[in-house]
Amino acid sequence: MFKFILKRVIEAIPTLLVLITVSFFLMRFAPGSPFSSERELPPQVMQNINAKYGLDKPVFEQYTTYLTNVLQGDLGPSFKYQDFTVNELVVAALPVSAKIGAFAFIFALVCGVAIGTIAALKQNTWLDYGLMSTSMLGIVMPSFVLAPVLIYIFSIGLGWFPAGGWFDGSLKYMVLPVLGMAMMYVATFARITRGSMIETLNSNFIRTARAKGLSFSYIVLRHALKPAMLPVVSYMGPAFVGIITGSVVIETIFGLPGIGKLFVNAAFNRDYSLVMGITILIGLLFIVFNAIVDILLAYVDPKIRY
Amino acid sequence: MFTKKQNVEAVEAFSSNLEIQGRSLWQDARIRFMRNKAAMVSLVILAAIVLAVIFVPMMAEFAYDDTDWYALHEGPSATHLFGTDSLGRDLFVRTFIGGRISMMVGVLGAVVAVIIGTVYGATSGFIGGKVDRIMMRVLEILYAIPFMFLVIVLVTFFGRNIVLIFVAIGAIAWLDMARIVRGQTLSLRSKEFIEAAHVSGVSKWNIIRRHIIPNVLGIVAVYSTLLVPSMILTESFLSFLGLGVQEPMTSWGALLQEGAQSMEVAIWQLGFPAAFMVITLFCFNYIGDGLRDALDPKDR
Repeated sequence: MFKFILKRVIEAIPTLLVLITVSFFLMRFAPGSPFSSERELPPQVMQNINAKYGLDKPVFEQYTTYLTNVLQGDLGPSFKYQDFTVNELVVAALPVSAKIGAFAFIFALVCGVAIGTIAALKQNTWLDYGLMSTSMLGIVMPSFVLAPVLIYIFSIGLGWFPAGGWFDGSLKYMVLPVLGMAMMYVATFARITRGSMIETLNSNFIRTARAKGLSFSYIVLRHALKPAMLPVVSYMGPAFVGIITGSVVIETIFGLPGIGKLFVNAAFNRDYSLVMGITILIGLLFIVFNAIVDILLAYVDPKIRY
Repeated sequence: MFTKKQNVEAVEAFSSNLEIQGRSLWQDARIRFMRNKAAMVSLVILAAIVLAVIFVPMMAEFAYDDTDWYALHEGPSATHLFGTDSLGRDLFVRTFIGGRISMMVGVLGAVVAVIIGTVYGATSGFIGGKVDRIMMRVLEILYAIPFMFLVIVLVTFFGRNIVLIFVAIGAIAWLDMARIVRGQTLSLRSKEFIEAAHVSGVSKWNIIRRHIIPNVLGIVAVYSTLLVPSMILTESFLSFLGLGVQEPMTSWGALLQEGAQSMEVAIWQLGFPAAFMVITLFCFNYIGDGLRDALDPKDR
């Protein structure tokens, strides 16, 4: 196990290097600069600004400096929000995104698996058809359609939840963003679970268990659920990536001060260091999460040896 | 007595009737697809939407950027079937023009993804060995890169140009395709007819082109129908953030964004584009599912 984890860590190094390099050179060769504004600055001022952020040095030197700083956990100063470092901005925004993302992920997983299992157990009944066509609606209804609809119904119409904002991050500010983010994955998890559950329930070892006279609920929970979870676990990686990417839209719609919003603003402002910092952070999250999924997969699937 | 000519003819006629009509994989698939009601209905609806998206803007009374100053934020009426937006532009025409852009980007993005993915996957799976390992490592590295974020960066920095958008989107989506095609190719590679081609001295590239690619086309067809809706979604995602197509041109994502901003006073501005987009995505998904069921040889 330890060797497996170590291997994953070593494998992640080139990935991160590629990511840092690509984003660095993308920023440097992009036309325009974070300091270009309506009013032309005097050349002397420009020179000073460039000197302050190290932009007057040769590109390769800038690259090595950035790389060594990043490896030490320092993402540099923000170009646009003066007096703030990228680290400070990210640390302020991360808890908001993490909270919503984690809730959405867990909600999607639990609800999706439950719905999928129920549909599989009631295969080809009206309940199954109803659940599955609803879940198809969930799949084709992207978060940026669903979220405004949720706001329209629950904030404007019924007035149950606020239409946006974060304030203190209490539950009522979280319900709609979490729902808007999670529904698509609830639906996908449900469909995947249903498919693999039906396949598992038709397999021989389940027949044996039934022949032994075990109760049906015991068979489902004790024997069928674990092998049926295999495709679900492997979809956890893409779902996680989707939820992080989706946070960009959800945070924009609900005006939440999270990473996604920060990223969009940074991109619009051409805040190079902030954009790079967030990209690297998210890449790192992807790598870590995929590694966790692989370990889980190895745990669930006895055929995988590491 | 059996050697009589007419008898022989009769026997031949009888035996030819006995012969079972051979059906190719594709004929078989077509028959199974036609039996799938959800998929067929989706196909008809989708065809109608595609035709509408192409022809409605040509024949409509208004152009997509005509502003009617006497009808700002107006609800659906006889002149403006879907109402108007905040600048008095006819939403009926804009919905279809937006659909045209969304579908175009969706299809072109999918084509880019399919071409890159198929060639990459087929090459990797066919050559095998060290090359395969390196190519798969590269794929794994690319998987860990948050592409959506890079696309956002790309689009904000290099200008909001529609060509760039679908090249960028297509360049993200080929990864899954490459994996699927590689898996298929690996299993094809050990088949006799490929070995036969090898023995008769066909070059590697020609084997990929003439034997491997036609044989993985089935699975490619399935995944490309499922790719189109995800491409449409990605484009709408960017447009919704204001990074996609630019005014006065529009797409479903851009319309949804405008609609979401004014839904308190004018819900139809959100409702109509959303309905069209959701129906289109529904259709693509059902068709993709239908194709998968039809082409899956396990299901026979």
